[in-house]
Amino acid sequence: MSASTGSKDPFIASLGKIYAGYTGGFAVFVVLLAILEQMGVPDRIIGYLFVFLTIGVYAYIGIISRTAAVAEYYVAGRRVPALYNGMATGSDWMSAASFIGMAGSLYAGGYGGLAFILGWTGGYMLVAILLAPYLRKFGQYTVPDFLGARFGGNIARSIGVTVLLTASFVYVVAQIVGVGIITQRFLDVSFALAVFLGLAGILVCSMLGGMRAVTWTQVAQYIILIIAYLIPAFLMSAKITGVPLPQVMYGFALERIEGLEAGFRAAGMTPPPGVTGFHTAPFAGPNGAFSWSAAFNFFALVFCLMLGTAALPHILMRYFTTPSVREARQSVAWSLFFIFLLYFTAPAYAALAKVEIYQNIIGQPIASLPAWIQNWQIISPYGTPWVNIVDANRDGILQWGEFRIHPDVVVLATPEIAGLPYVIAGLVAAGGLAAALSTADGLLLALANALSHDVYYKMIDRNAPTKKRLIISRVLLLIVAVLAAYTAGNMGADILFLVAWAFSIAAAGLFAALVMGVWYKKTTNAAACWGMAVGYVFTFGYLIWTEFYGLSFVELFGTKEAILAAARQTAALPAASAELKAYAQGLVANAAAIQDGAMSWFGQLILTTDSVVLRGRTVARLWTLNNISGGIIGVPLSFLTIWLVSKFTTAPSQAMQDFIDDIRVPRGGVRLVDRREAVE
Amino acid sequence: MPLVGDVQEHQGASAPAVDKAVGAAYWKKTSGLMWTVLAIWFVAGFGIHFFATVLNPIHILGFPLGFWFAAQGSLVIFVVGLFWFAKRQNEIDEEFGVQED
Repeated sequence: MSASTGSKDPFIASLGKIYAGYTGGFAVFVVLLAILEQMGVPDRIIGYLFVFLTIGVYAYIGIISRTAAVAEYYVAGRRVPALYNGMATGSDWMSAASFIGMAGSLYAGGYGGLAFILGWTGGYMLVAILLAPYLRKFGQYTVPDFLGARFGGNIARSIGVTVLLTASFVYVVAQIVGVGIITQRFLDVSFALAVFLGLAGILVCSMLGGMRAVTWTQVAQYIILIIAYLIPAFLMSAKITGVPLPQVMYGFALERIEGLEAGFRAAGMTPPPGVTGFHTAPFAGPNGAFSWSAAFNFFALVFCLMLGTAALPHILMRYFTTPSVREARQSVAWSLFFIFLLYFTAPAYAALAKVEIYQNIIGQPIASLPAWIQNWQIISPYGTPWVNIVDANRDGILQWGEFRIHPDVVVLATPEIAGLPYVIAGLVAAGGLAAALSTADGLLLALANALSHDVYYKMIDRNAPTKKRLIISRVLLLIVAVLAAYTAGNMGADILFLVAWAFSIAAAGLFAALVMGVWYKKTTNAAACWGMAVGYVFTFGYLIWTEFYGLSFVELFGTKEAILAAARQTAALPAASAELKAYAQGLVANAAAIQDGAMSWFGQLILTTDSVVLRGRTVARLWTLNNISGGIIGVPLSFLTIWLVSKFTTAPSQAMQDFIDDIRVPRGGVRLVDRREAVE
Repeated sequence: MPLVGDVQEHQGASAPAVDKAVGAAYWKKTSGLMWTVLAIWFVAGFGIHFFATVLNPIHILGFPLGFWFAAQGSLVIFVVGLFWFAKRQNEIDEEFGVQED
């Protein structure tokens, strides 16, 4: 696989053949395992074969793609065709959350879960029209490279690196937890060991070959994950509706769900905790009726996920690898198409799984439930079993509200729920693993590149020889990976909710500066630095404050009723510190003395400020907004800051304007303001 | 392993590749396309869903229409929209002669 250039590249020319052969090989492998299963090979062995063989293939690709060239290591030699870069971006993008979590969120949340579908696809429109072609034309290695070149060097670069590290690190930890969930179940090992097994799978792909290895592994991982997602959905659709076309046929499943849910309610059953409205009802509040707060939260979440998508560096850096600006644009369209194949199917997956569970499980005697439920009663990192059977009324019959399945295992458990052969369950596990590993690879590379290229090479030692840079890059990759695995193994679920924050943080920290840098010529260096800092600090600060110091937030922004309610919630928390509880009890005891918060006028501007008990804490909600959508405040602030400061600072130099002119047109070169910013 | 040559392509540019007036006209048209696609993005991403409760009583093939748009309809618009955008932008590039060599 030695590198060569131009359109006659034999490796690029034969990509179609290579991956067609690979797909065929995988199909034969699945059929072989199906035959083995029929011959009586135990499930455990099937699971092992799936996990180890697929990881083995990724490792093989990772090893043959090893490289000693900087451009290969950072941007895969810039010769990844649009279509393949689209597939690689697809698996880079679709994480454990998309593969194993998304259908589960839809299962649990109905319409509310669709915010993820809309947010995680719509963001690509912004990537294509606002950023990708211009970043490709700029043509260096990393997103902070662009910030440094456009906004005058190391201050902008370091703020960009800070945002990148914050957003990507929490994200990569979540992927490793995802790998842990799958390996724990299918290899039958402890969660901590599962995490480190997954880590080995991640490192072997990215360490030797950097972006080149990650790219070609991600294409291979995309193929497996999409096959693994679509096949069970097609089989279930055939089983339930008689037509193997889930995306079209699940409308009938939705009707059946509506009928069954109405029947459950009529029979006096209560829904599982957290479920209020019907599956397809939009913006349902706590009593099942339309709620402004639910609608506001839905749109705010869509907004934050979309802008976060367009600002996450591990996605943007994939468009540095195409051969041209033209292909970068086409590649975004292909990326979205490949992502669409899965997201388009997720709502069908959720609906079909729900029908299966409602029809086959609810109302059965608990003593005679099928065997697969046993398999999923292992304890999750959240402290409850993945599938939790709670016989609340002790009648021995499973009621609607007594079957509690964690959203993260809906996809993994569905093949067994639907009574499909075990080989399908193994296939799904391999798909989930591919999704988590590919995203972890991309994120780790983004993190390690920011540290090695942007911090070490650009800010510490400009004269470092190539060899040293690549060694440092690999060492940092290893350190970040071990740190992430350690965090995942020790904190597990406690930090999973942080993933949703990654989008708000990236959106508020980077989106405005990147977009204004290309589209608003008058953006000055100071303005961009202030804009990024303000967006990042406000959003991150808001998230920490509302999550960990909810009561104090409500005391400032809430009315006296809201403060009293928050104090009552806090006093009743089982896990709160004695000090905090005593303080909250003091407030409750002197309820008459509580005054409206000093900023309560602000807290009531749109909707009211209140608090809810989540994750064992009193979490404050400004305008009833869940803090997952915290970016809704930071993003406009960031844009406003950049615009205002640009008005009051000296306009960018002629050289900078020339630079912007150059990145705006596909043809020709780029005149950098500071030649030292050039790569190589 | 040899270094790849094609990365150093444009690092040393010193003169603009495109005439200033052509560049300005090109950017005006490109911005127009950007705003068009941004409008499509807003309508498909948010606009339609403002009316989800109104659309839901309409059922097609079992799908409540409001639910269908959020689950699938908007996604189709996004994908088709992006391929259309890539094609349209290429046409604009060629119209002004600023496409890559």
